[in-house]
Amino acid sequence: MTGDGERLVLRAAGLTKGFAGDGVAVTAVRGADLALKHGEFVAITGPSGAGKSTLLHMLGGLERPTSGEIWLNGQRVDQLSQARWAVLRRRHIGFVFQFFNLVSNMTVADNVELAAIMGGASRKQAQARREELLGELGLAAKAHAAPARLSGGEQQRVALARAMANRPLLLLADEPTGNLDSGASRVVLGLLNRVHADGQSILLVTHDLRVASAADRVISLFDGMVVDDAPMTTSPHPTSLPDVLKLRG
Amino acid sequence: MRMPLLALLAKEPAHGYELKSQLELIFGEAYPAPNIGQIYVTLQRLERDGLVCSQDVVQTTRPNKRVYELTAAGREAVIEWIDKPSEGPRVRDEFFMKLALSPMAGTSDRLGLINRQRRHYLAQLRSLSELAVEVDRRIPKLLIEGAILHLQADLDWLQRCQEDFV
Repeated sequence: MTGDGERLVLRAAGLTKGFAGDGVAVTAVRGADLALKHGEFVAITGPSGAGKSTLLHMLGGLERPTSGEIWLNGQRVDQLSQARWAVLRRRHIGFVFQFFNLVSNMTVADNVELAAIMGGASRKQAQARREELLGELGLAAKAHAAPARLSGGEQQRVALARAMANRPLLLLADEPTGNLDSGASRVVLGLLNRVHADGQSILLVTHDLRVASAADRVISLFDGMVVDDAPMTTSPHPTSLPDVLKLRG
Repeated sequence: MRMPLLALLAKEPAHGYELKSQLELIFGEAYPAPNIGQIYVTLQRLERDGLVCSQDVVQTTRPNKRVYELTAAGREAVIEWIDKPSEGPRVRDEFFMKLALSPMAGTSDRLGLINRQRRHYLAQLRSLSELAVEVDRRIPKLLIEGAILHLQADLDWLQRCQEDFV
């Protein structure tokens, strides 16, 4: 365990993933390094096929790297068995996917409570956590509905509540607005900003640069490699705004 | 500045300050406040060109004010302006010149150039997105949304440049 790793919620070094294609070896991620501090919101962006999702899946233990190291909260995790990874995810990681992935034959409330229980909460604690989260995300009235009765934007808010149910160390989001219209995207992005403001560490993959620009840091991935790691600040160029908006008439 | 002033005068005669406050009212945050001197200079030129005419209105308690009114030619010019399609996308890109010419200046780090430009655009995108949330009025909001979409296209284009040059 390195001193570095202890101050970071996530660190990856030299992460590589190759796939055996149709007789051709394809490398999706080539030697990616990244680090995420506690409470930080980082976006990974890049064109489709750049390796964004593969990178995120490796960081969440859904795919095993071909080589490289992953440290979660100071613990080395890239060598863990699938079963150990599953336990780690249930307790310490929240996942939000593009297509929501809610359990369709359970109510909204049960989807969220199940995640809390899997994360180690008692039934009573899980119910309290569910009420808190659905309240915060404006979904209290939908608690007993089936997910299919909800709009896409509402389903993604439920998915966010589910991901937050275990009070995760790290929230991983894979194109969370990729399947939403612009209005619903803004709502989900606003909620991500809110949980981040409350201290949640977030790593988000998106091809939507407007979504990415809301993060503390934007990592650009190109052809499987990190080509830029840019800190973002609020209103860094206030004087250039009028220029962008200048009407000519 | 000419055509917006003519368009406002098409509704009713007005004096310079009224035009200034109407512009501010319609465009709000999205429009850099026009300077009253500029407005008067523009009105004088429009009068010289026969598109507006003016007369002094006598006020008892205050100095006289000059009220401008559209002429028939002015009305025609407004209608023609509104009806004509506007210029298409403008690729006025200084960045592209830099990207193309950087090796000649001995700085051939094009990836660095692209990254710096991306950071600049991302920062602008963030500022505009924050502005879009704050602004409620429809006309300024639409202009900000337009600026955001243009920036997104510029960022896509950067990616296209990157594919080719790197």
